[in-house]
Amino acid sequence: MKNFVQPTSPALLSIEQLTLGYGDNTVVKNLNFTLYEGDFLCIVGANGSGKSTLVKAILGLIRPQKGHIKYLGGLKRNFIGYLPQFGVSTQFFPASVGEIVLSGALNSLGWKPFYGASQKNRAKQAMKYLKIDHLATANFGNLSGGQRQKVLLARGLCATSKLLILDEPSNSLDFRSKTALYQLLKKLNQEQGLTIILVTHDLDSDSLIGNKILALDHARPFFGNLVDFLQQNGVSHA
Amino acid sequence: MPNLLEIFSYGFMFRALIMGLLLAISSALIGTSLVLRKNSMIGDGLSHVAFGAFAVATVLQVAPLEFALPIVVAASILILRVSQQKRIQNDAMIAIISASALALGTFAISITQGVNTDINNYLFGSILSITSLDLIIGGVLLVLVMGLYIWAHHRIFALTFDENFARSTGVKVQFYDIIFAIICSVIVVLGMRLLGALLISSLIIFPTVSAMQVCKTYNKVVLVSVVLSVLNFIVGLYLSFYFKAPTGASIVLSNLVTLILLSLAGRSK
Repeated sequence: MKNFVQPTSPALLSIEQLTLGYGDNTVVKNLNFTLYEGDFLCIVGANGSGKSTLVKAILGLIRPQKGHIKYLGGLKRNFIGYLPQFGVSTQFFPASVGEIVLSGALNSLGWKPFYGASQKNRAKQAMKYLKIDHLATANFGNLSGGQRQKVLLARGLCATSKLLILDEPSNSLDFRSKTALYQLLKKLNQEQGLTIILVTHDLDSDSLIGNKILALDHARPFFGNLVDFLQQNGVSHA
Repeated sequence: MPNLLEIFSYGFMFRALIMGLLLAISSALIGTSLVLRKNSMIGDGLSHVAFGAFAVATVLQVAPLEFALPIVVAASILILRVSQQKRIQNDAMIAIISASALALGTFAISITQGVNTDINNYLFGSILSITSLDLIIGGVLLVLVMGLYIWAHHRIFALTFDENFARSTGVKVQFYDIIFAIICSVIVVLGMRLLGALLISSLIIFPTVSAMQVCKTYNKVVLVSVVLSVLNFIVGLYLSFYFKAPTGASIVLSNLVTLILLSLAGRSK
C-alpha cells in the first residue's frame, strides 16, 4: 500500500499495521497510513468493509486487535470532533440546539460540574460559523435533516480545533442538503485548516471531496491521492 | 374531606410521605435517562427480582430489605453485562430474569409450610410496612442521586443523547450504566414497599413521559418530571387515604391522568 508523504505539514495521525475486528471476524487488516494537518481524507468502501470500525478505533471506542494508532502534533484522542451516523432515536429527543452543541465542549470540562464562559463562547462561535445561532433555543426534533446535521457538526466543532471525523453524514439528506454540507466541509478545511476524515459509501465524484482517499473494499486497501484514485477508476473529478 | 395536615399527623402516613418524596425525586431524575435511552423496562424487570427476593427472605425468615437489596443490585448488573456483550438482547434478558425470579419466589412460598405471608403486600405495596431503616436508606439514596445529577448533569445529558459521541469525549459510559443500575435497584427495593412490585416501575417512567409531552428541552424535562413526580405522589397518597384504596394504584392513576392531560395540552400547542 502506498504511503502518501506530505512534508510541508506536521503529521497528526499515524496508523501502523492496524488490524480491527469483532471476535474472530477481522474486518481491517494491516492498515498503514499517515494523516497530516490540513488533510481532507475520504474513506470509501462497501457495507461491512470496516469504514465505521476504523473510525471507532481512531476515536478509542474499540480496541485494535493488532497495531497502533498514534495521535501526533498535539492531537488528543478525546479532542476529536465526531459526527456519528444519523440515529433515528435522537430525532425525538427533547433537547434544544444550544444544549446539544454545548455538549461538544464536554472534553474540556475536566472534573468541573458546569460549563464555563470559554466553553459557552465556543458553542456560540460554532453555531455562528454554521449560521444556526438563531436556532439555539429550537427543539432538535423539529429541524430538517440538513439543519440537524449542521447542529451535530457544530457540536463536533465544539469538541475540536484539529480533527473532525464524519461517518456517512449525508445518509439521510436530499441532494441539496448534501451539497450544502459538503461545501461547508470544504470551507472548514480550507478556511479553518481543520483536518477532516469523511466516511462515505458513495463513489460518485460529488461525494468524493478532499485531497486523499482510503479505499477499504479492495483486496488490498488503497491510500493515496484522490485525483490519482479517480483517474485509475475512470471517474472525472468535479 | 380531611385536610393534608390531618392526614399526615398519623405516624404511618408521615413516614409514607417522607419515603415517597425521597423516592419520587430520585426516580424522576434517574427515570429521565432510563426512558430516553429506552432502558425504562429495567425497573419493571428488577421489581420482579425484588418480589422473588422478598418472598425467599420471608421463607428463610431473614430481614427482607437487607436480603433483597444485594440480590437486586446483582441482577441489575447481570442484565447490563449480558446485554452489553450482546449475547442476549436487553429486553429478552429482562424478561428472562424477571420471570425466573417471580417463579422462584412463588415456588418458595408455595412449598413452605407454616409461612403466613400476605403476598398482596409485595405485589401491591403496603405503607404500613415502611421502617426507619427504609427512610435512612431513602435519604442516603436521594443525597447520592442529587449529588450525581448536580456534578455529572452535562455528562449524563451527553451520554443520554448520543452514547458514542459521549464516549469519544472521554465520558466513562460503562461507569454511569453501573451507577444507574444500582440506583434503580435501590429505588425498586425501597419503592416496592410503597407501590408494590407490579407498580413501582411507573414511578420511573410516568414523570418523564408526562414532562416530554410539554417540554422540548432536556433541562426542562428533568425539572418538570421531578415536580410532576412529587405532586402525583402527594395527590395519590391523599386519594388512597380518602378512598381507602391501595397507595400504589392511586399514585399510578394520578400519574395516568396527568399524562393524558399533558398529552392533550402538548397536542393543542
